[in-house]
Amino acid sequence: MTFQATRRSFLAGAAASSAALVVGFTPAGVLAGGHSGAQFNPFVKIGTDGTVSVIIKHFEMGQGTTTGLATLVAEELDADWETLAIEFAPSDNERYANLAFGAQGTGGSTAIANSYMQYRKAGAAARAVLVEAAAKEWGVDAGSITVENGVLRSGDKSAPLGAMAAAAGKLTPPAEPVLKSADAFKLIGKEDLRRKDSHAKTNGTAQFAIDVKVPGMVYAVILRSPRFGGMLTSFDASGAADVAGFIEAKALPNGAGVAVFGKNTWAAIQAREAITAEWDLANAESRSTDQMIADHVALLDEPEFQARKDSDIAATGSIVDASAKTVEAEFHFPNLAHAPMETLNCVIEPTANGVRVHDGSQFPGITHPTIAGVLQLQADQVEINTVYAGGSFGRRATATSDYQVEAALAFQLLGGQTPVKLVWTREDDLAGGYYRPMAVHRVRVGLDDKNTLTGWDHRIAAKSIIKGTPFEGALVEDGIDHTSVEGVSDSHYAIPAFSVGLSDFQSPMPVLWWRAVGHTHTAYAMEVMVDMAAEAAGADPVEFRLGLLSGGDKDQQRLSGVLKLAAEKSGWGEALPEGRGRGVAVHKSFNSYVAEVVEVSTQDGAVKIEKVTCAVDCGTAVNPDVIKAQMEGGIGFGIGAVMRDAITLTDGEVDQSNFPDYEPLRINDIGAIEVHIVPSSEAPTGVGEPGTPPSGPALANAIHAATGQRVTKLPMTANGIEFV
Amino acid sequence: MSITLTINGERRDVDAEPGTPLLWVLRDELDMTGTKFGCGVAACGACTVHIDGQPTRSCLTFVEDAAETEITTIEGINGKIAEAVQQSWRDLDVVQCGYCQSGQIMSAIGLLNETPNPTDADIDAYMSGNACRCATYQRIRAAIHDAAGKMEA
Repeated sequence: MTFQATRRSFLAGAAASSAALVVGFTPAGVLAGGHSGAQFNPFVKIGTDGTVSVIIKHFEMGQGTTTGLATLVAEELDADWETLAIEFAPSDNERYANLAFGAQGTGGSTAIANSYMQYRKAGAAARAVLVEAAAKEWGVDAGSITVENGVLRSGDKSAPLGAMAAAAGKLTPPAEPVLKSADAFKLIGKEDLRRKDSHAKTNGTAQFAIDVKVPGMVYAVILRSPRFGGMLTSFDASGAADVAGFIEAKALPNGAGVAVFGKNTWAAIQAREAITAEWDLANAESRSTDQMIADHVALLDEPEFQARKDSDIAATGSIVDASAKTVEAEFHFPNLAHAPMETLNCVIEPTANGVRVHDGSQFPGITHPTIAGVLQLQADQVEINTVYAGGSFGRRATATSDYQVEAALAFQLLGGQTPVKLVWTREDDLAGGYYRPMAVHRVRVGLDDKNTLTGWDHRIAAKSIIKGTPFEGALVEDGIDHTSVEGVSDSHYAIPAFSVGLSDFQSPMPVLWWRAVGHTHTAYAMEVMVDMAAEAAGADPVEFRLGLLSGGDKDQQRLSGVLKLAAEKSGWGEALPEGRGRGVAVHKSFNSYVAEVVEVSTQDGAVKIEKVTCAVDCGTAVNPDVIKAQMEGGIGFGIGAVMRDAITLTDGEVDQSNFPDYEPLRINDIGAIEVHIVPSSEAPTGVGEPGTPPSGPALANAIHAATGQRVTKLPMTANGIEFV
Repeated sequence: MSITLTINGERRDVDAEPGTPLLWVLRDELDMTGTKFGCGVAACGACTVHIDGQPTRSCLTFVEDAAETEITTIEGINGKIAEAVQQSWRDLDVVQCGYCQSGQIMSAIGLLNETPNPTDADIDAYMSGNACRCATYQRIRAAIHDAAGKMEA
């Protein structure tokens, strides 16, 4: 993935307003400052009007990046939080790369982790040149100058940062600016620091891509194959002629469907209803869900790959067989849709010599060159205007830039001069693929006569998310897609004989990472299985886990730490009334450690989720309240899915149409969520995803504690569990 | 056909086909994009507006049926309840992606209008039609209590 960093995209974005001082990094990673940023792209900008802005290289899907990156700069710059502005960076792979990926993009809960030093250094460098400029202006020693809430002071002299910006723009920032020590932090770790995006998101002014309107724009929806992998052979749009506002319908050149154009969204949707199409379904998925599950199960007998190099599947199986006790279970996980509240959409408009794409852009590093390729433009003829994204949960981060390519093809079909807004309806979203892969696990665990684990034979069948994408080189090793086994093969439990078999399921159905990726199924299988082993051992579930984490390595210590904290805060071990139960799960993902205890009650056999207690160790807590919000949201996202969500197929066609068939978590589903953050001075790690993995198994274990029922097939409502 | 709507106290003439959902008239014709599309079948609440003071799903409200009514959108809310709700939403940082929050706020105002001091059960019952995929529900509940407290103060 390569394309040229462009002056034009820079001018269109970060420096569009006149700047007195910009500070950032050159492509070589050297801090640079000045007035225009022509040779580099800035992270900090002070306008001629004195406004201090932080340029945000990641997109904001609700995870709090804008607040987080602004905090890092404001901390070191000692800027005024209330007046600090944010701007999304232009698409520029070279200069606004995610340092964890080497390309611009957001994912894997990396935004704060990869930006932590970069944004702090930019803030500190800006502070240094502003102080130096003030020292010269006032004729005082730089050491006498303090900065607080955006105001420079020395003796009786004071000035806002903006007043020194022009002079500071002529100075060279220090190569290694002095950063604050943690005990001097005022904003990092501040409990009541408020989000930067709250105001615009509570008065209707926050702009999402679906809100973008440019002059002359037409609206497009796409009629797609009813089965994954089908190709358009013909269509008949005569029925749409009477639809008011219908413009025209044209076949997409890639055979994926019919682009239907209207003068407004409703006209396009109505016209599509009136169009019929014929499809070549020879290579399309035609199975039903039951058959697909059976095909996964069949793959478990002879795993294609062994995901733990030093172990042997047959030998582990023999150890389990020879054990005093054997515990086994088969876990079924359905396909899941991300269903972000803002359905997928994208606007493309012509510019003087190319196009501008308005998008809640999660992977501009991929979308930018992909759009250029589709439209046969040079990279510097494409701009991406990143706007707020109404959720993603992974859906906006495809290797194919699927919906942006649809928009580009639709734009091209109209001749490339008419702005086009492509909109997906909720029906398109649920039937549109790119699901969390279906997965089936078979796990057999042995215990000796002292109730100590002897062996763990774990087998997984799932479609690979990564194979066939540009990420294959980084994330597939010896044929093993790490995202299919993560959370099992790298478990930190002390298990004597431990094998993990993997088989890839094949289907034309596109699959994708879904908030927490492989951990969404692996944590469930691991943590329910450990609970079953604890039960067989006659041990307390928390004590049993602590026993498996007592080896003393750092991961085990941090997992034990959150486990103990969650147990303590939840009242683990205290007696509960009849019909109530608590369940626990602990899991590491995205370098963070999370334990959750779910407490449920039962009424006439139906389950009510009373409370979730969460403990998280994510290193330095940059924005504690954002971290709590991400845990709350991650827990809700995970619990809602395991309760009742599944995408299923009948003869290859998706059964679910809209939210009534794919019911999201509702406000009445969870009583209370309490989050506790472990104090830490370690480097910050992920928070967007790690709250999700333990939530499902903790609920399952709580249901077992309350009712005696083990739920190993999801969703729960399709497998014998009723909720209040 | 030409239809005259009263939105946020202003008369607006629009040209729209009968049967067009009010949602798309607000968004595509009148550029009032604070009201969001989420499902189109009144199952998520993102499109909630007030019609004659009642929270209503604009995705299933035909534009012609809204002609003789007073329509209020997120852009036009004001008054003691609305201000308390918006302030509580900000004080508690309810939002994440924010996409559903216009609808959440419109429903919360409707709830507090009917029930100035709601219990958790009142809130759960009234707000259960407003989906939030970020699962900000915990804070929505807290913010509604907070707003109720602000109005008493």
